[in-house]
Amino acid sequence: MSDYNFAYLDEQTKRMIRRAILKGLAIPGYQVPFASREMPMPYGWGTGGVQVSAATLTPEDTLKVIDQGADDTTNAVSIRKFFEKTASVDTTEETAQASVIQTRHRIPEEDLREDQILVYQVPIPEPLRFLEPSEIETRKMHSLEEYGLMHVKLYEDIAKHGAIATSYAYPVKVEGRYVMDPSPIPKFDNPKMEMAAIQLFGAGREQRIYALPPYCQVVSLDFEDFPFEASKADHPCDMCGATDSYLDEVIMDDAGNRMFVCSDTDYCASRRKAGHVGAQAAAASAALKETAA
Amino acid sequence: MTPLLKVENISKFYGHRIGCKDVNFDLYPGEVMGIVGESGSGKSTLLNCLAGHLDPDTGEVLFEMRDGAMRDTVTMSEPERRMLSRTDWAFVHQHARDGLRMNVSAGGNVGERLMAVGARHYGHIREEAVDWLGRVEISETRVDDRPTQFSGGMQQRLQIARNLVTGPRLVFMDEPTGGLDVSVQARLLDLLRGLVREMGLSAIIVTHDLAVVRLLADRLMVMKDGHVVETGLTDQVLDDPQHAYTQLLVSSVLQV
Repeated sequence: MSDYNFAYLDEQTKRMIRRAILKGLAIPGYQVPFASREMPMPYGWGTGGVQVSAATLTPEDTLKVIDQGADDTTNAVSIRKFFEKTASVDTTEETAQASVIQTRHRIPEEDLREDQILVYQVPIPEPLRFLEPSEIETRKMHSLEEYGLMHVKLYEDIAKHGAIATSYAYPVKVEGRYVMDPSPIPKFDNPKMEMAAIQLFGAGREQRIYALPPYCQVVSLDFEDFPFEASKADHPCDMCGATDSYLDEVIMDDAGNRMFVCSDTDYCASRRKAGHVGAQAAAASAALKETAA
Repeated sequence: MTPLLKVENISKFYGHRIGCKDVNFDLYPGEVMGIVGESGSGKSTLLNCLAGHLDPDTGEVLFEMRDGAMRDTVTMSEPERRMLSRTDWAFVHQHARDGLRMNVSAGGNVGERLMAVGARHYGHIREEAVDWLGRVEISETRVDDRPTQFSGGMQQRLQIARNLVTGPRLVFMDEPTGGLDVSVQARLLDLLRGLVREMGLSAIIVTHDLAVVRLLADRLMVMKDGHVVETGLTDQVLDDPQHAYTQLLVSSVLQV
């Protein structure tokens, strides 16, 4: 028996956060201010996502936490442990088994279902922030739907790089109304945001919550002559051979050798379990057999 | 002929102090109106009231919309007024830095108003931007440079291009030549005069420089202590000033 209230936050705080979530779901893409609490972790480590997860979790839930797609990195492991300790909920690394998934900067490769909730950690919720420093002005721009400035950013990208170089936190327009920062997910994940699961976004330091209800229309901004492209490394996964997943580039040695592996560790592992083998994994097992023989 | 802008009894007070009081005038299409006066005479207050940056305490500013109807811009809703200020209106600030985005390239600065009204074709936006930079005598090779890399005169010309790109019908200018040296001023005035004539713009120019209004303005309004003391055709007011203050103003100009 832990001495914490279920999921760390007190019930009043969770009610306050749930109200913000419901408001966010009612106005897709609108940033709802909420009274963010101090959490036992530094800002930038997912304080917003953790508060949203805490307000969402029930004792029957199964939680999965990923950090850049991986289940086994510091941020994911410590947040998973946090909820094991304070909420005693079941945790899993399998996407299909989870009912609540807290994520930092990725959407799982496997399609999510209607009975699942995806919680994003958001560092800067305001998509217009780096273009317009004044919060009063950005709020006015949202309320009056003045989004020309967002295209100025994309214009600058093309003028400077010859293509839209923004590769993560790529701005989207929700249901033809609010322009939203999808948190720093790669733009490869943008088309996946029209999904069956509920998506909740929590920004702890900035004290904002926003949300996307299931099957919400999410359009990535672009120009007619420079259409949006969900790009990824042009390579199959070296471990599982997948050609449809988002890849991490891993530098192997000082000689310039590198490998590409799925950023979604659960997706990669389950594919390998099903018998799929990538180029480098095949070479490694062949080499292993040779030394054994 | 109906006026483009009808200003009726505009007053603005700062507490007990007068900003400007009971200003009335009509501005007709294609006409350039100069407002002169010393510092603190209420010129800028008046201009900001007309352009919707300040809320006047009394009076109406009627503007002829594209459908021909006269609308009071003081009481119209904020979204409408902001729409006006990025389509039919333009505002040229004294300091180019106030009117430009300093961390966005020249092309982006000019393109912003186009994108704000819905342009979504990069090629067309860029073409238009290059065309406008050419019209204000900025070389096409500078289109991707930031305004911070421009001289003061170039920044001012860039600001003008950025404002005129959507083909506004009314331009507000607040000391457009302030802070520029005389030869740059002369070129800018030449350019402005060309654009005003070519596009048939109506403009309201606030300045304390009589040479500027002599060159640009058709009509002149002289302000002192928040009141309009004299109005008339530019040449008439400057060559035959009636009010004591106007006489002082005209005789204060240094003759080289």
